[in-house]
Amino acid sequence: MSNAVKTLAVAGAVAAALAAQTSGASAQSKEKCYGVSLAGQNDCAAGPGTTCAGTSVVDYQGNAWTLVNAGSCDAMELPATPDGTARQGSLEALTRDLPA
Amino acid sequence: MNKLQDIFTAALLNPDLPAPGGLRDGGAQPAGRRFDIYRNNVAVSLTEALRIGFPVITKLIGQQNMDGLAGIFLRAHPPSSPILMQYGARFPDFLAQTPQLAHLGYLPDIARLDLAIRRSYHAGDAPPIVPDILAETPPEVLMAATITLAPAVQLVRSDWPIHDIWRFNTDDTAAKPRPGGQDILITRPDFDPLPQLLPPGGAIWIGGLIDGLTIGAAHDAALAKAPDYDLGTTLALLLAGGALTSLNRQRIGP
Amino acid sequence: MPGAAPPSANPLPAAAGVGYKAQHFAAITDDPGAVSWLEIHAENYMGDGGRPLAQLRHLSERFPISVHGVGLSIGGAGPLDPDHLDRLKHLLGWLKPASFSEHLAWSTHDSTFLNDLLPLPLTDATLMRVCEHIDQVQDFLGRKMLLENPASYLTFDDSTWAEPEFLGEIARRTGCGMLLDVNNVFVSATNLGFSARGYIDAYPVEKVGEIHLGGHGVDMDDLGARVLIDNHGHAVGDPVWSLLDYTLGATGPQPVLIEWDNDVPDWATLQGEAARASAALARVRR
Repeated sequence: MSNAVKTLAVAGAVAAALAAQTSGASAQSKEKCYGVSLAGQNDCAAGPGTTCAGTSVVDYQGNAWTLVNAGSCDAMELPATPDGTARQGSLEALTRDLPA
Repeated sequence: MNKLQDIFTAALLNPDLPAPGGLRDGGAQPAGRRFDIYRNNVAVSLTEALRIGFPVITKLIGQQNMDGLAGIFLRAHPPSSPILMQYGARFPDFLAQTPQLAHLGYLPDIARLDLAIRRSYHAGDAPPIVPDILAETPPEVLMAATITLAPAVQLVRSDWPIHDIWRFNTDDTAAKPRPGGQDILITRPDFDPLPQLLPPGGAIWIGGLIDGLTIGAAHDAALAKAPDYDLGTTLALLLAGGALTSLNRQRIGP
Repeated sequence: MPGAAPPSANPLPAAAGVGYKAQHFAAITDDPGAVSWLEIHAENYMGDGGRPLAQLRHLSERFPISVHGVGLSIGGAGPLDPDHLDRLKHLLGWLKPASFSEHLAWSTHDSTFLNDLLPLPLTDATLMRVCEHIDQVQDFLGRKMLLENPASYLTFDDSTWAEPEFLGEIARRTGCGMLLDVNNVFVSATNLGFSARGYIDAYPVEKVGEIHLGGHGVDMDDLGARVLIDNHGHAVGDPVWSLLDYTLGATGPQPVLIEWDNDVPDWATLQGEAARASAALARVRR
């Protein structure tokens, strides 16, 4: 592609992108402020649980942790991994992949 | 004082260790379970921060798995800063290194997406350019110009269908994910981060702009990898997301 | 009025406030009810921008704001985090809040942040360290801070001071003010077996610039004794309201804050707690 053709292509893309815009930038109104925060919050309260959490000796040992079936992984089937191997992405069928 | 806080810190993070000595229940008895209140506070509050900070991961693996993983992660990688909104940057790599999750190869990239959405949410504000300036700029000047993107812009590239997975877990009407790699552009039109699927080559173009390439050079780079690269669609996503904060025109050489 | 200070420079009013939660933004701006001021946790507004800061800007145009730090680790054995001090200075610089407060506690050790307010032995060494840090904070920020008493679950064999006297000595040496958490006094008194009213009697009430109230939970220790947990997850308990009346009798009218951080209720419930605090303030003004 020559530079002139490329420039033309870019000009066309810009025109198409601008045509796709429906309205200009909007001001930051009070209404836009409504909404809940998206991250863990710092606070000065004690933990909501009681003294039992955080005291189990196996809690923090990676090799003692077991995956249990739950969550939406189970509902998804991803038939291929990036390397092309056919595998399911759901939790249940995959115990064969766990290290022995 | 330093020694005491050494001992406290180690015992808070490791329930195998005994409670520090010299602690009482207010009377003559050893503090016993009263020290566990602090252990609990540390573990529960950081677990909660991770659960809230990685909502799609939590949905994917379920809260019970997430809480268990968080308990391991928070002890291996406790926060290094008191700003909890930033906690968990190492969580994607941690998931990748957890053998029990090896068959769920997409989890680390989804964790990167959760992190990127959070970073976008807290990123600095920057007013976008008026889009018309692009139309008013001669095409050859545009080709040689660079673009500054809003701090809220994030790119997440993956060999997995991360946009499909994200939609499936945040929108009840979304279809099941199809196989294949996907790249996501996050913009923040107002205050809510908006993850959108990029066309092939889109992430190369935007990545080039972030690295300081001109619009033309970034376009060349995208075309080299994706011959059908659709600049118009990518640019429209950026404009709609208020992601262009300046167009830096350069003098064209002799 | 000529010569009046701008609203942002006003101290906190001796009225009811609440700890701000993002889910209440719309309700607060529509109908604050008995709520005259708001408190925020400093660390939640240390991002670069976006909704949290936009909300805070809106709210600060309408309400006096108290900035309550939860991550400075003033009782840390190591030096204060200079980055964190910079972030605080930046926040206080643009927000110009009515008040800034922190805790008699530590939370960071060797750059590990433990996200809890951890206890300190009340010794001369701790006193010196805490006073050094408060001097540093007040010098660096260019303003007076308030220091809050902790909720305690245990005691240290090494302690040589009683807490009210310890706090009084800190105030005397550093010039800082006091944030008196009445729920924490009740929780500590129950857990450690001392008199809550006796604590108030020995406390430097003349240094108080703000009062906190919150709900607590109940747990049990190894001996089956009741242990109260300062979880900010309930309405303020009746014995704590009584202790507030007793405290206000000693301090006079003060800014009184309702803290509710876990299982956060709807605005009407929180506002109802604030109305109860207002009523307590009205009683002491009579």
